[in-house]
Amino acid sequence: MEIGAAKMIGAGIATFALLGVGLALGNIFSTLISSIARNPSAKNDLFPIGLLGFALTESIALLAFIVAMLILFSN
Amino acid sequence: MANIDPLYQFKIKTLVPIHLGGVDLSFTNASLFMLVTTAVICLLTHFSTRKRCLIPGRFQVGAESFFHFIADMIKDYVGAEGVRFFPYILSLFLFVLFGNLVGLIPYTFTFTSHIIVTFALASFVLVGVTVAGFSKHGAGFFKVFFPSGIPLYVAPLLVPVEIISYLSRSISLSVRLFANMVAGHVMLKIFAYFAVLLAGSAFLPAAILPTALNVAIIGFEFLVAILQAYVFAILTCIYLNDALNLH
Repeated sequence: MEIGAAKMIGAGIATFALLGVGLALGNIFSTLISSIARNPSAKNDLFPIGLLGFALTESIALLAFIVAMLILFSN
Repeated sequence: MANIDPLYQFKIKTLVPIHLGGVDLSFTNASLFMLVTTAVICLLTHFSTRKRCLIPGRFQVGAESFFHFIADMIKDYVGAEGVRFFPYILSLFLFVLFGNLVGLIPYTFTFTSHIIVTFALASFVLVGVTVAGFSKHGAGFFKVFFPSGIPLYVAPLLVPVEIISYLSRSISLSVRLFANMVAGHVMLKIFAYFAVLLAGSAFLPAAILPTALNVAIIGFEFLVAILQAYVFAILTCIYLNDALNLH
């Protein structure tokens, strides 16, 4: 029973990675917004780069998800 | 109601058992949906470009826009040399894209949510890119592990790091796609279970909330499915550029 509780605590701690990912995503989109606000004509060039950064950063969050799943469901 | 298992949807079921010399080569639901995806891609591209009108119809515009999208991507990120790899990158992109999209239809199976599938795709990318780099540069390809303009005394530190980061590309490329698909589908199932549990309880009207959220999430999942196929193709282009045009 203690092991089950420890697994749940561990999985909860693993979600702390979302702290960094949240900061990073906010940084990406705030930079994207201010770049487009400074130079609206560059929007079509900047938007795919922003999406790429979003996808790459989001995958870090999903690594934390995988770690949490491994902790929860591995025997 | 007792057994809620959001991971049940990823279970591989054997459809036609095939055992050859102790190796399990059974035809599973994953193989079935890979065939379905390939068939969808072939039928769409075949029937949309069959007539080859000068003024394209709706479907022909769709097929041509896939073509131009990948062609422009290769031109931007790799250059003229990358055109030789156009069929590979286009088929990789379409396979991942339609695999993700077919998997979003209810009661289907998402084969990109299995790490072995995405890891095989990413390993082919890594091996293919390395072979392309060696066939172009010969032994000079090893310069990819030592960027120019760096003082020589940091080489003992930098070269192992570069080698590890080069080899871990196949892992990061595969885990990115796999984790995105798994996380999205698990999230859909969890909110669906919320709705079912609420509908069976005294709070029946509250079941509308998780249902509405599920509708929003499935829209987001379509974005993720397309975005991850795009990211897979664009990272393949970037890796190819690193190998062909040494930095």
